[in-house]
Amino acid sequence: MKVDPRCRYHEEHEWIRVEGDEGVIGISDYAQDQLSDVVYVELPEVGDSYERGDVFAVVESVKAASDIYMPVAGQIVEINDALEDSPEVVNQDPFGEAWLVRITIANPAELDDLMDAQAYKAYVEGLEG
Amino acid sequence: MSYVPHTDADRAAMLAAIGVERVEDLFHDVPAAYRFPELSLPEPMSEMEIMAELQAMSEENLDTGHFTSFLGAGAYQHYVPRVVDHVISRSEFYTAYTPYQPEISQGTLQSIFEYQSMICALTGMEVANASHYDGATSTAEAVIMALNVGRGKRKRVILSPWVHPEYRAVVRTYTWGTDLEFVGDDLSASAGQGLTATLDGLTALLDGNTACLVVQSPNFLGQIEDLAGLADRVHAAGALLVVVTDPISLGLLRPPGEYGADIVAGEGQALGNGLNFGGPYLGFFACREKDVRKMAGRLVGQTVDAEGKRGFVLTLSTREQHIRREKATSNICSNQALCALATAVHLAALGKTGLRKLAELCYHKAHYAANRIAGLDGYQVTSERPFFKEFVVRCPAPVKAINDYLVDEWGIIGGYDLGRDYRHLENHMLICVTEVISREEIDILADALAEASREVA
Repeated sequence: MKVDPRCRYHEEHEWIRVEGDEGVIGISDYAQDQLSDVVYVELPEVGDSYERGDVFAVVESVKAASDIYMPVAGQIVEINDALEDSPEVVNQDPFGEAWLVRITIANPAELDDLMDAQAYKAYVEGLEG
Repeated sequence: MSYVPHTDADRAAMLAAIGVERVEDLFHDVPAAYRFPELSLPEPMSEMEIMAELQAMSEENLDTGHFTSFLGAGAYQHYVPRVVDHVISRSEFYTAYTPYQPEISQGTLQSIFEYQSMICALTGMEVANASHYDGATSTAEAVIMALNVGRGKRKRVILSPWVHPEYRAVVRTYTWGTDLEFVGDDLSASAGQGLTATLDGLTALLDGNTACLVVQSPNFLGQIEDLAGLADRVHAAGALLVVVTDPISLGLLRPPGEYGADIVAGEGQALGNGLNFGGPYLGFFACREKDVRKMAGRLVGQTVDAEGKRGFVLTLSTREQHIRREKATSNICSNQALCALATAVHLAALGKTGLRKLAELCYHKAHYAANRIAGLDGYQVTSERPFFKEFVVRCPAPVKAINDYLVDEWGIIGGYDLGRDYRHLENHMLICVTEVISREEIDILADALAEASREVA
């Protein structure tokens, strides 16, 4: 399992990478592995605002349709349209090309509640038990 | 799977586990007087006696085998070719359910695939699902889908008052408890303004909060709505156009898909299924491929197996509970497979030209009947727009009185009393004529109506 040291992690396996006052959000390598082959990604619309913990997207695999939660509150400024035609990228490059949305972060203090890469790795290993 | 009932020892063990001595003790909360009430039932009868009694009871019904019927209003009597019953009675098909491991039943999946393909061809749409329960639930699913395509942000639903009244009621039932706003079908403001809700009047209700506009064509009054340009107006507001239609009319009329409809739904009973006392029926449902992931129900697809051989799979069921769990946007995890098969077999038996001929027969016979009735004293055919197989007649007396007279004196089941649903259409009868009605029967109806006018009015 890979983790990206530049990201912070939510317990539902979303990552957020801070870039200035914006954040880029995706799902972790562990999450894509659990879902198996991703066949569809449903994204929100630019301009939508969400609270921390809100469902903002759905990733559907051959096994299940999973809700994706906001790791922090924010407003969508960009969505990754390319995933509509190539959802398989979520499996191939979860921390890179398969980013889901870019947001403006409403309350940077919420980032402190997320796990860093090391803590997330330990958290997942705990789940694997 | 064998059925193994509990043994006495099993039962004793279970009772002991919950600390009860006898099964009867489980019922002690029910007052003794109600526990084993005396039912005043007649003495038992033999099977032969019961058959005779039930036969006598069923003969009290007015049926289309013995009475000429001009009643439509959503349930239609058409001739069902014998081949339909022959195919659907085969034991391989004679189960209403798609198996839980659907791919094990290639024949079932293929029959659904063929049905879907025919519905697409008929409606001019890209995708059709495996069917819903009936036209009403199919229409309700269309509205729910439109809400989901609008991501739940759009809350206004425009319903034409000439969508079947029961369909509109089911749409409201399905969405009860959500904060939707239904507009368009309240006629109290516009009573008496004519038979066709003007589409201009409906499109004037479009706004940025509108999820969809639902029209029916031929509408509940049998009239063919002018759909040209409607989709553009609906789409300009960012809403979807839902068209409810009669599949047989599409043998003659341009399919809604060509008018830019986003969802086409309707009752499929008329194809291959008898009146069946109101059910089981099937709702057909077709939409655009771009919206398919918001579609309720299931979709069977054609593919190839590892050896390159043609096969069929359950391609998509994104909105169903078994994949979406509590996030499902529809409660529908089933379809009317047997009724859909009947529709598919009927369509296959008719073929393209057969379906057109069937539609033409309905159209011409209905128009012959309308002309005959228009010539009667006291009656007025008030259909304002071109109609298909149903038309509206203003009667010289209450519809119920005329219908009672037709049944009692002539053995004819008359038309639908529109005053039941539309206050301004009291004394208006909706008459349905399909291919099963002969010219002679239409002439007899005209004589009977003329007599009823003299006797009842």
